[in-house]
Amino acid sequence: MPAAVKLENVVKRFGALEVLKGISFDIEAGQVVALIGASGSGKSTALRCINRLEQIQSGTIEVCGHRVEDPALDPRSLRQDVGMVFQSYNLFPHMTVGENVMLALKRVKRMDRSAARKVAERVLRQVGLAEKIDNYPEQLSGGQQQRVAIARSLAMAPKVMLFDEVTSALDPKLTGEVLRVMEDLAKAGMTMVVVTHEMAFARRAADKVIFMHQGHVHEVGDASILTTPETPELREFLDHDL
Amino acid sequence: MGDFSSGHMIYLLNGLMWTVLLSMLAMLLGGIAGFAVMLARISQRRWLRRISLGYVQIVQGTPLLIQMFLMYFGLGVAGIEVPALVAAALAMMIYSSAYLGEIWRGSVLSIDNTQFEAAETLALTRWQSLVDVILPQALRIATPPTVGFTVQLVKNTSLASVVGFLELTRSAQVINNSLFEPFLVFGIAAVLYFAVCYPLSLWSRILERKLNAGRRQA
Repeated sequence: MPAAVKLENVVKRFGALEVLKGISFDIEAGQVVALIGASGSGKSTALRCINRLEQIQSGTIEVCGHRVEDPALDPRSLRQDVGMVFQSYNLFPHMTVGENVMLALKRVKRMDRSAARKVAERVLRQVGLAEKIDNYPEQLSGGQQQRVAIARSLAMAPKVMLFDEVTSALDPKLTGEVLRVMEDLAKAGMTMVVVTHEMAFARRAADKVIFMHQGHVHEVGDASILTTPETPELREFLDHDL
Repeated sequence: MGDFSSGHMIYLLNGLMWTVLLSMLAMLLGGIAGFAVMLARISQRRWLRRISLGYVQIVQGTPLLIQMFLMYFGLGVAGIEVPALVAAALAMMIYSSAYLGEIWRGSVLSIDNTQFEAAETLALTRWQSLVDVILPQALRIATPPTVGFTVQLVKNTSLASVVGFLELTRSAQVINNSLFEPFLVFGIAAVLYFAVCYPLSLWSRILERKLNAGRRQA
């Protein structure tokens, strides 16, 4: 089975600053991968390269058969297969929850309103927010907004979902409700790449943990490396974290 | 003073009508062209951004009066005879397109870039992202300064009098040339300008207050 996501020697620079110094890893379909590391280690940048929110300088990225680094690739065909959820939710504030979920279904998948509404109802039920379909984002808590953002991404039926520190703006209680939704997704077999500081979540849900340090992939393993790290850098990172 | 008749008043009101018409033409044409300027200014193509920036700088860096002359006499020299209204409307279209383009560009850029990212991550095209996500939010921010600019525009239509367009200011000049009552005649003209502009600036201020109130809530 080919990898769902495969990075090889990926280099990403912002001007003179080299953020990714030739990283490689691969993710199989159905795997949940936790990308961890200190701020500035390059983990969010790596995630953003996967759906080409950032262009890479060298190396190759293959996602569900798309050659991401190929300039000829239409990013929209890639992004139909790759969903993304952001730290700051990024819901559209002038639209209701339902409209947020339905927008891409109507514009990209060309569904009519009633078909899109059915999908919206289904994915909102999945994240436990069916009754909020006609509310505006500002009427919801942060945790509910983030669950709507997950539903909005899920509605497009992506093959891979990227999560960029999605609970960092939330208090512990709201974090819990978002993580539960993500664990349900993981159990349902979604391929997930999760940039996170929630080590407890990584231990519970991750099939694979990638520790990034100063622009390199420093240590890779299953969730057990979070309890018995091999490298001193990961040990130090985990000590500081708790 | 007794010489000022109802006939003169009707003449002034006729001038006012042309002032309003010219303002509306300038706003409509300038709005369409200004939208294009805004799109060019936020384009991902560098050459388009450069050209449009140059256009804006040239228009904003030269007096509207000179633009009027150039349009009226310049077109004449080029062998294209146009009525004063058309020359004035074209000059004001160019003038307002530069200012509206900049106002609207600022409004679009004030929307957090993460909104663009979220839309493009959902596989929307850049155009769809702009129309469905960015512009509806930018519209709220753009409305008060746009209405404020309209007030400037109405007053600036008085410059069209120099190319012989018989709008309010020109009408007042014509009457004064026969009556020699400058204080009275131009006073009435001022009141008529005020009657058009004041409701607009009032509206602009109400919109601004609404916008701020909305921000406080959010």
